[in-house]
Amino acid sequence: MDVIVVLEWAFDAVLGLGLLWLAWRTLNSPDLFKAIVLFISFGLLMALAWVRLNAPDIALAEAAIGAGLTGALLLAALARLRTTTDNTMPAQLPAGSWFQRGLLIVLLSGSAAGLGYAVWILPSHTSGLSMAVTANLDVSGARNPVTAVLLNFRGYDTMLEMIVLLLAVLGIWSLGGLPPRPERPAVAVLDTFSRFLIPVFILAAAYLLWVGADAPGGAFQAGSVLGAAGVLLLLSGWRPGVRLMQWPLRLALTIGAITFIILGVLTLLYEQQLLAYPVAQAGRMIILLESLATVSIAVTLAILFLGESPDPEEKK
Amino acid sequence: MTLTDYATACLLILGGIFFLAGTVGLLRFPDVYTRLHALTKADNVGLGFIMAGLVLQAESWLAAGKLLLIWLLVLFASASVSYLIARRALNKGIRIWM
Repeated sequence: MDVIVVLEWAFDAVLGLGLLWLAWRTLNSPDLFKAIVLFISFGLLMALAWVRLNAPDIALAEAAIGAGLTGALLLAALARLRTTTDNTMPAQLPAGSWFQRGLLIVLLSGSAAGLGYAVWILPSHTSGLSMAVTANLDVSGARNPVTAVLLNFRGYDTMLEMIVLLLAVLGIWSLGGLPPRPERPAVAVLDTFSRFLIPVFILAAAYLLWVGADAPGGAFQAGSVLGAAGVLLLLSGWRPGVRLMQWPLRLALTIGAITFIILGVLTLLYEQQLLAYPVAQAGRMIILLESLATVSIAVTLAILFLGESPDPEEKK
Repeated sequence: MTLTDYATACLLILGGIFFLAGTVGLLRFPDVYTRLHALTKADNVGLGFIMAGLVLQAESWLAAGKLLLIWLLVLFASASVSYLIARRALNKGIRIWM
């Protein structure tokens, strides 16, 4: 038994040190492509760290969004950076004065010390709010405590996250977006690959969404899997048609946030509290919110990857 | 430990050896094509052994089926992605090491 404990310690130590090393290499690498690849590896190791911390929900989200989709977004951004500018980073950033550097060192050490102190004074064994969550799980409408917190007890957090995603798309569109590129035929293997995989992605997303009520999973994980299907379609050369880019796209992007806001207003009116669902309907409301949020998250992520504004003629 | 546990341990170690060999190949082989060759061995055979080891420990047929599905998906993805990487490398004019 002792051997297992030692092995677990060794594994965790290697994982923790590997994370620090990867983070440093990611920030330090002058080659942007290499930095992105290191960032993706960092995300995958981070997901493993969350598994070790018994947080499979966060591990799933980290692997799908942190490593997968963010990695794809960064690579797409890099590819476009290369076409628009010559990809030479300034070899050396202009060094600040001694005063500036000293100030920076003091500020950074100060915040590092503060963070270290905050971790240090944490009680080593605390249940936090998990007792309160377990006690109220019956009335939440979900059997997975994480889903109960995200969609019921702290539903407004998720509502604000949906709005943040919407703001990200609005930001890209306000900047004008990228010039639209025409549809082009894909490489035969990639074409077959995506034709085979996209139904599997949709099935996996539906499974993650449904299983979220009982086990790790839920809207963000399902949405990122579905979003990845969208990225795959875009990579294979598919482009949404002009008519699809108008109101159907806007509806899909906003439906999650809109449903949250409507339910929020209704619960404020009838239950006197934001997103406090009546117990009998809680399960159904969570499923409704999660399904629509999944659609919005997926479309948002795919549209972020596409990076095109829906109204190219309005720009000029 | 039961006989199943021993079989699992053997399969996991075998899988680990393939992953190790794949990693060494990735680090030591001279060009992108040979590195791909090393990687796919780890992905396909190594993961296959590990999945076989885990299937023996699965609590239900459903869990075993999920593991099998993961392996098949990785097989499919790694084969296609390796092709795409090799094709891109050839198109960019990277010469094959002889």
